[in-house]
Amino acid sequence: MSLLPALPVLVPLSAAALSFAAWKRLAVQQAIGVAGTGGLLAAGVALLAKTAGGAVLVLPVGGWPARFGIALAADTLSAIMVLLAGLMGLAVAVYALADVDRPRKAFGFYPFLHLMLAGVAGSFVTADMFNMYVWFEVMLLGSFVLLALGGERDQMAGAMKYVTLNLIGSALFLSAAGVLYAVTKTLNMGEVSTRLALIAGHHPHLVLALGALFLTSFAIKAGLFPFTFWLPASYATPPVAVSAVFAGLLTKVGVYALLRTFTVVFPVMERNFRILLLLAGITMVLGVLGAVSRFEIRKILSFHIISQIGYMVAALGLSISPDPEIRRLALAGAVFYIAHHIVVKTNLFLVGGVIRRLTGSFDLKRTGGLAKSAPWLAVLFLIPALSLAGVPPLSGFWAKLMVIRAGLSAGEWLLVAAAIAAGLLTLISMVKIWNEAFWKPAPSPAPHPRPGRGTLLAMTAPIAVLALVTVLIGLWPQPLLDVAGRAADQLLDPAGWAKAVAGDLR
Amino acid sequence: MAGLLAILVGVLFGAGVYLLLRRSLIRLIFGLALISHAVNLLVFTTGGLVRGNPPLVPPEAQVPPAGHADPIPQALVLTAIVIGFGLLAFTCVLVKQVVKTLGTDDTDSMRANEE
Repeated sequence: MSLLPALPVLVPLSAAALSFAAWKRLAVQQAIGVAGTGGLLAAGVALLAKTAGGAVLVLPVGGWPARFGIALAADTLSAIMVLLAGLMGLAVAVYALADVDRPRKAFGFYPFLHLMLAGVAGSFVTADMFNMYVWFEVMLLGSFVLLALGGERDQMAGAMKYVTLNLIGSALFLSAAGVLYAVTKTLNMGEVSTRLALIAGHHPHLVLALGALFLTSFAIKAGLFPFTFWLPASYATPPVAVSAVFAGLLTKVGVYALLRTFTVVFPVMERNFRILLLLAGITMVLGVLGAVSRFEIRKILSFHIISQIGYMVAALGLSISPDPEIRRLALAGAVFYIAHHIVVKTNLFLVGGVIRRLTGSFDLKRTGGLAKSAPWLAVLFLIPALSLAGVPPLSGFWAKLMVIRAGLSAGEWLLVAAAIAAGLLTLISMVKIWNEAFWKPAPSPAPHPRPGRGTLLAMTAPIAVLALVTVLIGLWPQPLLDVAGRAADQLLDPAGWAKAVAGDLR
Repeated sequence: MAGLLAILVGVLFGAGVYLLLRRSLIRLIFGLALISHAVNLLVFTTGGLVRGNPPLVPPEAQVPPAGHADPIPQALVLTAIVIGFGLLAFTCVLVKQVVKTLGTDDTDSMRANEE
């Protein structure tokens, strides 16, 4: 038994505790900020190294057997997610050195960033339904504070919506977990999976109702239609470093929970799963239409998050296909899409922050001339932007290709049409940012002071690293494809996963 | 008894949602509080109601007596109460700040950042 599955939780939690201890010393907090998120990344790499072969690492916390205690379990999907959470955490911790202002840091930006990451990583490694609820709450509390930190007008209005919607989502999640326990008499996901498969035979409607409760609560977290509108209203208000880590990770925790719950935990109920395809299609189109009509960089990017969530959920929805080939392709596509999206979306927000630093505004009408004054930024913007739109040979192309191929093989023509249309509109919207911020001449002789070298370096280094990751995945997709395929295999084998997670109780 | 509690859960949820849909932020706080109570009661009730049979193992036995109360839903509710309390406290402070910053507690006038 190794402690490895607990590391993704222990590292950020201790980083948070240390940062709280160093409350008055910002330099120390910043150092812990970078070291702690770096540690999370290292934990993710170590986990992936152990699980990439298809192993499931299980840690029964406290040595209690599965039914009596809480188990942490890391399979390939968990490892990928933890690694990405660490990478995004590190990128944002470095970026925040320059981007987040002093008062915000003095009021606990770094400790709450660690707490939020602990919640995110905890959700990825837990194998207990109620424990997942607890990690969601840890993540939420951290995110509430980060979102409201600074207390500007917009932030307050955004935070109110975010808090309310997420509390309702949590209430639904807790109800679902409680009823799940009443039905199955266990909370260990592996055991739940085995028992639900039996119960679904006698009481399909009970299992269906439970599934609907979980679906609703996770859909609220993920920003899936019809629960989308809180997202642009709140993600566009805090400092870019906060928006970026939210955009990359928080909605993806919702998607991860959907992916985990509706593959290995819940038995597949073919007809009822089609609702996922419908919601995904609407989400894609609705999100991208919102993005096309906006002129504020953060708003545009927030609407694109919604649209992209649609692709990931579509891939999950396609995994009901009777053909095992399509199921594997769809789930591998979902994992690949999540990985690609986390990197690209965080990066685009970070670029948006640099655009504001150089031009003084997030409003595209007031920006311009960056292609001339900052050509390096133009390149760094184009990489994630074209990747988001799915232009080959960048990472987004492979991600979209997998989802669309799975859709074509499954004969879901409407969904494929929606996916392609949303892809085109994404390109239009990215071109709009390019035209307005980079290509057109600067609106007036900019009185805005250019930031210092150190500031620009701290903001640009993470962008460059994430852009490099995007290019590498694009040019050399095979390793990620292999790992995503391995994760899909595990998700397609509920019995094997349940046995690993629940132990040999039965 | 379970039937009665089920109706109570429904009433609490209904009242909570009604309060959430009002325009005042104070009512929103009460709505969230009612919903969190409704959920706790739901978890407690679905776990099965047992009277006067705690899950304690008698000195000479290996397992608690048959038909004992399930301690897990109670542990879940306890955890949820603590979390709910923390979240509610945060929400109260947030609402205070929102009212102070925006000068209103009317949710309809908080659309400034939605274009």
